[in-house]
Amino acid sequence: MDKQLQPIVKKLKKEFGAEVTEFRGDVQVLLASEKLIAASLKLRDEFDFALLSTITAVDYWPEESPRFHIVYVFNSLSKNLQLMLRVPVAGENPTIPTLTKVYKNANWRERELWDMFGIKVDGHPDLRRLLMPDDWNGHPLRKDYPLGYEEPQFTFNYEEIDLSKPHGEV
Amino acid sequence: MTTPYTIPEVTLDEIKHLVSQRAIDGETVLLNMGPQHPSTHGVLRLLLELDGETVVTCVPDIGYLHTGIEKNMESKTYIKAEVMTDRLDYLNTVGNNFAYCLAVEKMIELDVPPRAQAIRVILAELQRIASHLIWLATSALDVAAMSVFLYAFREREIILDVLELVSGQRMMTTYIRPGGLWRDVPVEFDAAVRNILDTFPKRIDEYEDLLTKNPLFLDRTMGIGKISAEEAIQWGATGSTLRGSGPDWDLRKKRPYSGYEQYDFEVPTATEGDVYARYLVRIREMREALKIIEQALNKLPLGPVSTNDHKYVPPPRSELGVSMESLIHHFKLWTEGFNVPKGSVYAAVESPRGELGVFLESDGGPKPFRIHWRTPSYNNLEAMPVMTEGLLIADLVAIIGSIDIVLGDVDR
Repeated sequence: MDKQLQPIVKKLKKEFGAEVTEFRGDVQVLLASEKLIAASLKLRDEFDFALLSTITAVDYWPEESPRFHIVYVFNSLSKNLQLMLRVPVAGENPTIPTLTKVYKNANWRERELWDMFGIKVDGHPDLRRLLMPDDWNGHPLRKDYPLGYEEPQFTFNYEEIDLSKPHGEV
Repeated sequence: MTTPYTIPEVTLDEIKHLVSQRAIDGETVLLNMGPQHPSTHGVLRLLLELDGETVVTCVPDIGYLHTGIEKNMESKTYIKAEVMTDRLDYLNTVGNNFAYCLAVEKMIELDVPPRAQAIRVILAELQRIASHLIWLATSALDVAAMSVFLYAFREREIILDVLELVSGQRMMTTYIRPGGLWRDVPVEFDAAVRNILDTFPKRIDEYEDLLTKNPLFLDRTMGIGKISAEEAIQWGATGSTLRGSGPDWDLRKKRPYSGYEQYDFEVPTATEGDVYARYLVRIREMREALKIIEQALNKLPLGPVSTNDHKYVPPPRSELGVSMESLIHHFKLWTEGFNVPKGSVYAAVESPRGELGVFLESDGGPKPFRIHWRTPSYNNLEAMPVMTEGLLIADLVAIIGSIDIVLGDVDR
């Protein structure tokens, strides 16, 4: 582990009861979702992790608690450090607090989480689907969502397929 | 038959929180720009709130080019999944392969021979120039500088010829493979790259003659689309978009990979943070890329171009007839693929657009359990509304050009 990272990780461990793992040089810190905002504020303000590179999730279905791990990748430009946070979330009604008040670019990343994994983001200002169409059913990156095929809609089967779409049911 | 087009009704309620109260009262106009629009650089849709010709708010709407690459890659073995990476950012195909292979190699702890590393760097830098040429061509076209477009596309073709020479493909190369390269470069490679090294500095001078001091170009770009360094970082912008505002954040320098630490080059920055600053940064980046290529080519080591661990890299064809072990490796690789240890890593490269990162998680099997692409265009585009406030629609077009987005990179 990088020498500069050690005190940071120590502090996270002490204050938030975080669990630290290191794999191939990447340091990952596992902590509970209630402590996410406090931890990220500390990272941003005290340790100068100004850049939130990405937010993503991993689905461990059929495991249920925790079913998801939300992964946050932080970067410190001034110290040239990288740190990952992992937040476990249960499969039933998965919810995480929003980071949009700490990092502005969390906005789209969290919308993507909702869109792709169906993870609700508490306090998000604009939680709409981002990549999939607004009338899409399901959340594609979940493991229980099949990698299926959509039958192309031609004139001869237009109505048949249209009925299977959410807007066709009305 | 009923009418084939049912347009879902959009009510103002759904977008009320995105626009100002003046739009609700009918004082300003809501206008849809794109997704089919020549200067949105792909299928980008913008919801604009306009006061006359002035942009009040700009709300990007993405997803029109979403192809589910992350989901698709989960169902393919590591080797087969690689061909999907080319399709992400179609102007930086070598760079996408590069990031993916670095992630896989980091997981397996696979060593890459020095020759392969140097060739990777040469190709990645060639690709950077090719990508910047497209940016130069299209963004200059957006502010009505037509001739640069034709010149830049002409020169880009020379670089694509080199990619075709080494891989057989102009764009979707899949030439960089986990553990090294697909095969060694042909003998003509050296001369072809040196030809580029000889001719390109003059070409870049030509582009600069056309634009850098052109009063029309300056009028359209200087002071337009400003973003401060703090704000750019807050919005997650990286690459030239960030460096145009000051910070010299370049992963090639800060966290060298594939031997970038051996080469002497500078990271161009500017402080103004406007469209012109980003233009200057990219032009200088092309010159720096040429410097890197020259150094890498001059001391290109000899030797193998992929690791000799045949659990991960297919054995040479000549061995299959004489070695039972090679035959087994070959069979296993093309049927089952190779297993990757359980764990997760994040590997990033500096793509022409910024930090291109791969988050890869493996469950110990032959297919990626989860792969996430942290694409630079995505964050740069999210930062764009900050730059546009209070400017004209015509400036908006210049700004979209200046952040150099590729929609395949945004939507994945």
